[in-house]
Amino acid sequence: MIELNVQTIAFLICALFILGGGLGVVTTRNLIHATLYLILSLFGVAGFFVLLSAPFLAAVQVLVYIGAIAILIIFAVMLTRSMTQLRQVYNHQWTASAVVSGLLFALLVVGVILPVWGINGAQAVETVSEVVADTVDLGKALVDRNQYVLPFEVASLLLTAAMIGAIVIARDDE
Amino acid sequence: MEDVCSINNLVRCLVDGGMDAGLANFITILLGVVLVAALPLVTVIFLIWVERKVAARVQDRIGPNRVGPFGLLQSVADALKLLTKEDITPMGADKFIYNLAPIIAFASIVLIWAVIPFTPLHIGADLSIGILYFMAVGSIATVKVMVAGWSSNNKYALLGAFRTIAQLLSYEVPLVLALIVPVMLAGTMSMQAMTVAQQGMWFIFMAPVAAVIFFIANLAEVGRAPFDLLEAESEIIAGYNIEYSGFKFGMFMAGEFMHAFTVCVLLAVIFLGGWSGPFVHEVPVLGFVYLGLKTAFVYIVMLVLRSTVPRVRIDQLMAFNWKFLVPISIVNLLLTAFLLYIVRALGLAPAPNQATDFVANLPQTIVLFVGNLALVGVIVSMIRSQGRRQRLADEARLAESETEEPALPAGVPAGD
Repeated sequence: MIELNVQTIAFLICALFILGGGLGVVTTRNLIHATLYLILSLFGVAGFFVLLSAPFLAAVQVLVYIGAIAILIIFAVMLTRSMTQLRQVYNHQWTASAVVSGLLFALLVVGVILPVWGINGAQAVETVSEVVADTVDLGKALVDRNQYVLPFEVASLLLTAAMIGAIVIARDDE
Repeated sequence: MEDVCSINNLVRCLVDGGMDAGLANFITILLGVVLVAALPLVTVIFLIWVERKVAARVQDRIGPNRVGPFGLLQSVADALKLLTKEDITPMGADKFIYNLAPIIAFASIVLIWAVIPFTPLHIGADLSIGILYFMAVGSIATVKVMVAGWSSNNKYALLGAFRTIAQLLSYEVPLVLALIVPVMLAGTMSMQAMTVAQQGMWFIFMAPVAAVIFFIANLAEVGRAPFDLLEAESEIIAGYNIEYSGFKFGMFMAGEFMHAFTVCVLLAVIFLGGWSGPFVHEVPVLGFVYLGLKTAFVYIVMLVLRSTVPRVRIDQLMAFNWKFLVPISIVNLLLTAFLLYIVRALGLAPAPNQATDFVANLPQTIVLFVGNLALVGVIVSMIRSQGRRQRLADEARLAESETEEPALPAGVPAGD
């Protein structure tokens, strides 16, 4: 079956971080603890990037998700009332979220797990690309007209719009 | 030399002695990790003594001189004292997180040392993303502040944490923008390759503005005067770490000292050429000495600055960052990129095989240095004209109020 070497162990530890952290986020009754579990889970994702030989993405994962977004979430949580000792575990939107997560899981099963572990399981080896792309390739791909320049620019436009929107909302009425 | 076992040929030595190759590799890496992690820990004991001595000298005092020769063992005595203090956990504190925060504080600093090149041969891990790694690990420091402030169950700690986070997050912007400049000059993010790229010419001569911005932003990240609002001994005692006592407090303090020293090392590596110096390729250990000397220079500047300048207010801190440092960093980045493009288009840049040659680097350096000087000139003239406008407006307002209501006493000086 799976060969037990250092990479496999590292993979299992990262997977444990991600899944355990994710489980902690939804089960704990303390919002701050939930955020810290989220950070643990995001750390696991960064570990995955390292295992996939993408150190740039790993560093960006830590920088953006843990250094910026998690801090933002902690700020938001601290400004909410009754952030600890929540009485109820579910709110009234639980059916909708169950449907959405169920659909997402089905999508992942069909799109990712079946092609690798399903009937044509032999494809598993071929899905790994032979091309080794480093950070320079990533940078070029982001500004290459045949690759990702349009999504890249659209994303930056979206961020600019979000920033302007935040300034407009935060400004006093004059 | 063949039969001498040192850290450079430890793996071969151990394997020859009959050890399993994998185990020998593991032991060597473990030893390297312990060495790299232990270095800052040992240095910090000595650094606290240096800091107190320099501060004392600036303030015309003698400083620690009782324990050991020249008071060298003062920090050891302090550490022992901290160990014997009662370890208090406040009521209602979130125990697990409360204990976790000092560990995060300490670990986030030690982790930076993994990418610092000490000599041409000795580096913890020569990551291809060294500088980005430093930023990523440094951003964990904000988590520690938040976690410590919240878990203490103390409103002052929480308020201090909010203020600290605002400062840390704001000053990360000019820090990153200043770091892009040396990355552009070296064409790499690896710390070791960056040092090699500076063998011909240090980056501080090509990008002095970026170096100064890096230094200022790091002062704020570390929380050193004039940006020591997170601690502010004379006003609020402490910020996010107010509830910590005993050795947990000691870990926060030692972490802060280590952080200050670490950013000095980084400045030496990124802008002052790191280990490069004469004869360093023949005797690699010399690189360690050169790096130490450069770091000591930056560190002493930081210490003297700390004991001479007053603290800024929080609004001044924010205005200085967002209205002054960030625009300058952006203009500096664009200017350097533009000049670098011109230099390369004109063929003034050193050829790849002469990159370590001093003379070959001169044209490029002169162009970039003049560009930086021009930028500084524009900034200074803008500050001057703005100051003059402000002064004229103040005088006009004062004159107006004097004519309308002569309530002001006669001796009030006009304009302030």
